[in-house]
Amino acid sequence: MSFEYAPAPESRAITTIKPKYGHFIGGKFVAGSKHFPTINPATEEVLSQIALAGKAEVDAAVKAARKAYTSTWSKTSGKERGKYLFRIARILQERAREFAVLETLDNGKPIRESRDTDIPLAAAHFFYHAGWADKLEYAGLGSSPKPLGVAGQIIPWNFPLLMLAWKVAPALATGNTVVLKPAESTSLTALLFAEVCQQAELPAGVVNIVTGDGTTGALIVNHPGIDKIAFTGSTEVGKIIARSVAPTKKSVTLELGGKGANIVFEDAAVDETVEGIIDGIFFNQGHVCCAGSRLLLQENIAEEVLHKLKKRMEKIRVGDPMDKNTDVGAINSKEQLAKIVELAQVGDSEGGQRWSPACDLPKKGYWFAPTIFTGVTSAHRIAREEIFGPVLSVLTFRTPQEAIEKANNTPFGLSAGVWGEKGSRTLWAAQQLRAGVIWTNSFNKFDPTSPFGGYKESGWGREGGRHGLTAYLKGVSGE
Amino acid sequence: MSDHIDVKKTYKLFINGAFPRSESGRTYEVKTSKGTFLANACLSSRKDLREAVVAARAAHNGWSKATAYNRGQILYRIAEMLQARTGEFIQEIMMTTGVTKVKAEKEVLQAIDTLVWYAGWSDKISSLTGSNNPVAGPFYNFTIPESMGVVACIAPENPSLLGFIESIAPVITSGNTVIILASTKAPLPAISFAEVLATSDLPAGVINILTGKKDEIAPWMASHMDIDAMDISGLPSKLTSEVKVAGAENLKRIHTFKGTTPHRITAFTESKTVWHTIGV
Repeated sequence: MSFEYAPAPESRAITTIKPKYGHFIGGKFVAGSKHFPTINPATEEVLSQIALAGKAEVDAAVKAARKAYTSTWSKTSGKERGKYLFRIARILQERAREFAVLETLDNGKPIRESRDTDIPLAAAHFFYHAGWADKLEYAGLGSSPKPLGVAGQIIPWNFPLLMLAWKVAPALATGNTVVLKPAESTSLTALLFAEVCQQAELPAGVVNIVTGDGTTGALIVNHPGIDKIAFTGSTEVGKIIARSVAPTKKSVTLELGGKGANIVFEDAAVDETVEGIIDGIFFNQGHVCCAGSRLLLQENIAEEVLHKLKKRMEKIRVGDPMDKNTDVGAINSKEQLAKIVELAQVGDSEGGQRWSPACDLPKKGYWFAPTIFTGVTSAHRIAREEIFGPVLSVLTFRTPQEAIEKANNTPFGLSAGVWGEKGSRTLWAAQQLRAGVIWTNSFNKFDPTSPFGGYKESGWGREGGRHGLTAYLKGVSGE
Repeated sequence: MSDHIDVKKTYKLFINGAFPRSESGRTYEVKTSKGTFLANACLSSRKDLREAVVAARAAHNGWSKATAYNRGQILYRIAEMLQARTGEFIQEIMMTTGVTKVKAEKEVLQAIDTLVWYAGWSDKISSLTGSNNPVAGPFYNFTIPESMGVVACIAPENPSLLGFIESIAPVITSGNTVIILASTKAPLPAISFAEVLATSDLPAGVINILTGKKDEIAPWMASHMDIDAMDISGLPSKLTSEVKVAGAENLKRIHTFKGTTPHRITAFTESKTVWHTIGV
């Protein structure tokens, strides 16, 4: 006997999407000049028209941020700054469902994830940093920590509101003002956040939001009126930013790509591990910089783990992101889908064995079935390059030492996972791995108190925790 | 003067615990501040740098996994060995820079104290910059600083010994390994310091010393894909931008400092956060 799931769609009535949006500059919505469409990647429905900021709009936003910094925010005490952040946290909690629905419509991620992960974590980030605002002198970062000034913040499309929170909350807590640009395919929740700033009565110009594509991002990066650049996105763009700011005194933090190893030792609890592998690579369609995209199985248990992994993958529900039972939603854009398809084809041509469960993908929208490749070696492109999609490369190892060597054999160093029941060995592995975040017997866990960021080509600096404050304070960026 | 003819020292490089000449066979003249010939120093090449990076990379795993207590003791041992040879360093500083004996002595003693200061940091930095993070879930979550790997340093021209020590001591305290390009005009104290290192129980390859020209070597350091970070405190500012652009290829962490500060340690550490599950 088998049970079928009845459709359980979340209602979109809670959110209103305007036909056209402008920018949020100096506390007001300002009409844009050029526009481009933002679509629901699950249906290809055009949701709205988003403004493309050019030089004039970026200039105006930087000017507003500078004015707010000089005349208001730098004179606002930590205690009062904190209270604005607490207000924002509360409003995000109050309007959580609205944000979750909007995020899922614009991004394609399952409502279960936007509702249970993205939005609650975004609110938690504001709540956490609110408490720092009047305690910075106790943070061990000098007796009188000073903000940098105006921060230019450029965020990706994979966790739109959450990445906004990771950027805006610490910047404001430390006394900076911001010009933020959401990713071109996912601007809607940032624009709704602008309304939250208004409801919180945040002084005008403390948060400015300009929408646009890479050209807008470049205008922010190269703007002489900006003191700090915070970027989350690809390693390729991160390097361009690092080169652009080289002749300047701008402070920079970068949170970039990864190719996280997920190591399974022979003593791992198999069922629990299989769940962790699924979380590691299929959470958010694999659009996760710290995804566990390289599975390293100890040879003697590889067959058993793969058998159970495939059985589990057959139960993954791919489809309508608005359905509360959906596990894997839509690929965020046509371009990203093309990249995933291309790298998967490279996996085939280099001799990997591709497997996906049978699943009916919707006719419209952008979809890619959960996929694993076995027979992969460290030399294969699908073991080296970030696919940023629901594609897992499986490698094997014999000794713990070999697992570490394979795991560390990458220019990235963002995340890794370790599965095993022997505590001393999992901690030994965590010690040997060259990555900024290590999960033992878990994967893809996030918390505002927990510093996040990469070694090597995965970026510069940390976000979250006490460490994340250093990104927005003078003289301590080395930490 | 006695009739004895001085046996003069040949100043060479210090790579992987040995004293090779530059593979290029090139040298340059080191002179006193008044222009008198002192010695022929090696004019290092890109190949010398690459050899030094191989040595530094090979030494990193062992040095970074040595206990903090052990690293601290070795730094202190370096200070002991330097103290024993104070007179020789005073002479070399006076010869190359023309400063008075009082000033040269002050520099050497400060260099010794700097080593002792950083020796004491090795087993404390983790307590101060690490943290135990109260995440909202059943996890024991902690963050610890770790060494970045291989760090390339450009020593300032002046003070030639103190500036050199201020650059390397904080970098190795946390477990990094180093390639340092010494003061071009006054490289002799740096090479004599290699003799101090060679008698200090410091594992081969942890500190590698090159002499030569900054505009020749610094760009190769910046573009080398197996160097993780740079301390460019001694780099002429006209080269800064070029070095930072080249360093972006593997996102090197590139910093400039003044004096002695724990930021010189933390700038070359990476914070690692470990989520360990809690449950029965």
